[in-house]
Amino acid sequence: MLVYLIRRIAQAMLVIAVMATLVFFAVYAIGNPIDVLASPQADQIELAAISQRLGLDRPLWEQFGIFVWNALRGDLGTSFVYAEPAAKLILQRLPATFELAFTALAIAVFVGIPLGVYAGLNPDSLGGRSIMGGSILGFSLPNFWQGLMLILIFAVILGWFPAGGRGQTATVLGIESALFTLDGLKHLILPAMNLALFKMALVIRLARAGTREVALQDYVRFARAKGLSRSRIVGVHILKNILIPVVTILGLELGSMIAFAVVTETVFAYPGMGKLLIDSIGRLDRPIVVAYLMMTVVIFVVINLVVDIIYAAIDPRVRLSEVKG
Amino acid sequence: MTDATANATLSPPPPALDAGEALWKRHALNFLKSPAAVIGLAILVFMIVLAVAAPWLTPQNPYDLAQLDIMDGTLPPGSVNSTTGYTYWLGTDDQGRDMLSGIIYGLRISLSVGVIATLVALTIGTSLGVAAAYAGGRFDTILMRVVDLQLSFPGILVALVLLAAFGRGVDKVILSLVIVQWAYYARTVRGSALVERRREYIEAARCLALPRSRVIFRHLLPNCLPPLIVVATVQVAHAIALEATLSFLGVGVPVTEPSLGMLISKGYHYLLSGKYWIATFPGIALVIAIIAINLVGDRLRDVLNPRLSH
Repeated sequence: MLVYLIRRIAQAMLVIAVMATLVFFAVYAIGNPIDVLASPQADQIELAAISQRLGLDRPLWEQFGIFVWNALRGDLGTSFVYAEPAAKLILQRLPATFELAFTALAIAVFVGIPLGVYAGLNPDSLGGRSIMGGSILGFSLPNFWQGLMLILIFAVILGWFPAGGRGQTATVLGIESALFTLDGLKHLILPAMNLALFKMALVIRLARAGTREVALQDYVRFARAKGLSRSRIVGVHILKNILIPVVTILGLELGSMIAFAVVTETVFAYPGMGKLLIDSIGRLDRPIVVAYLMMTVVIFVVINLVVDIIYAAIDPRVRLSEVKG
Repeated sequence: MTDATANATLSPPPPALDAGEALWKRHALNFLKSPAAVIGLAILVFMIVLAVAAPWLTPQNPYDLAQLDIMDGTLPPGSVNSTTGYTYWLGTDDQGRDMLSGIIYGLRISLSVGVIATLVALTIGTSLGVAAAYAGGRFDTILMRVVDLQLSFPGILVALVLLAAFGRGVDKVILSLVIVQWAYYARTVRGSALVERRREYIEAARCLALPRSRVIFRHLLPNCLPPLIVVATVQVAHAIALEATLSFLGVGVPVTEPSLGMLISKGYHYLLSGKYWIATFPGIALVIAIIAINLVGDRLRDVLNPRLSH
């Protein structure tokens, strides 16, 4: 197990290093930020001064060296636009994005599982068929357009919820979050729905397939023969057994939720790190783009690593084949 | 062709083919048994015809500025052009463009980006995947590591970064989609090629001392095609949705060549003032195209892989 662990961690470090190099060179090929930042009237001397202040006059490999050295010390560069550390700017917006992602995850699970179980128990009923039809639609609707339609229906036509922004935050137990104010919740509900819909379609499918399989098992029949109530059979015997695949997949999908938050945040003008990324790409604010990507790469690698290690802990075949191969 | 048909009768159960009955004919008949798939296919064909014949079908060329009347900007559906008496059934955008014409032209760009990107990615991914399965060894290991690495990041994020680096443009969108998608094909084809490689007909072809390229392209590859066709169909839908998303985010196609995603992006700015039609109708066209492709893909999966159905 220790050998496996060391190998996996070494691989993870290698992935981060490779991605850092790729990201740096990819992003530093984007246009010339001086053209955007300097006023059009600026003369050569001013341009040179700006370029020197931002370190853009040095050769690319030297910029890369400085970037790596600073990154190792936790400094991911200074934003050209805000003149503040890029990592700090992103961390400031991290709570908003996590709030959104976790609310969406909660919606996907607490709405998706009951619907999926219902569809699994009544596969041929009208309700079961409509749920499955809805989940196919959930897969086919492009995320951003579905968000626009939510705004159109619930914000513009019905006027129930605001169309964008984050709303008020409140501090409870030292955590500042929009979840604690009514205004914050009102702002959160549409973007969270938008982000949740695709995952909900996935959860419905998994829960339905799991329920259909588990409902035929002997222990379910036995529970029924014992005369247990239907709600107890479904709530305990079936639910417990379908949760394993659902939880595994959702753990893996958490990362892609952070990626898709880029789209949702742009649609709803929600001030999270995804919106910051899109704005920074538009403004050629390279340090922020690089810092965002580096942080996402690290988050992804950590999620994958944790999942792999849990698998290896549960299933000895995985770690044995790795060591041999 | 003969060895492909002969082999298809060897693998799982379907009854033996009559002499002269082509395999594709049986698949085609089988495909047509599902009403949903037929409807999907009909819609798809209709959309392709619309897209190809756009210049002759649309009432207005949306990119000919001489035909646009800025006074007709953001008219609701059903409005009538004051000078020509032409009715804008789906309304107009901010520059007085007829939305119906804009959507048909947008469909043209969306569909061609999706199809071209898929075909290129299919070719590259398949070649690499088959080569990896056939060669094995270090090449196989390294390639599959790269595939694993790439598939562990969401496609949207990879494409976003690539386009941020490349800049806007139809060719650059296609290039990013290819880079995002090739890995799916490489993995799919490698999986089936590893199985097929051990079959007797490959051994027979080797014993005949056929050149390696002939063994791969004439014997191995045709038998790996069915799962690839299924993946490719679904990936066309993915590519179209991804392109629309990227264009919406402002890193996709340029303003001069608006795809459906670009049209929706324009409509976004008018949504809050209740001008719903600019964002809604192109979106509906996009969704119909994606659902139609998915219906066809679902049926193809059932037809081409008897083991998976039921």
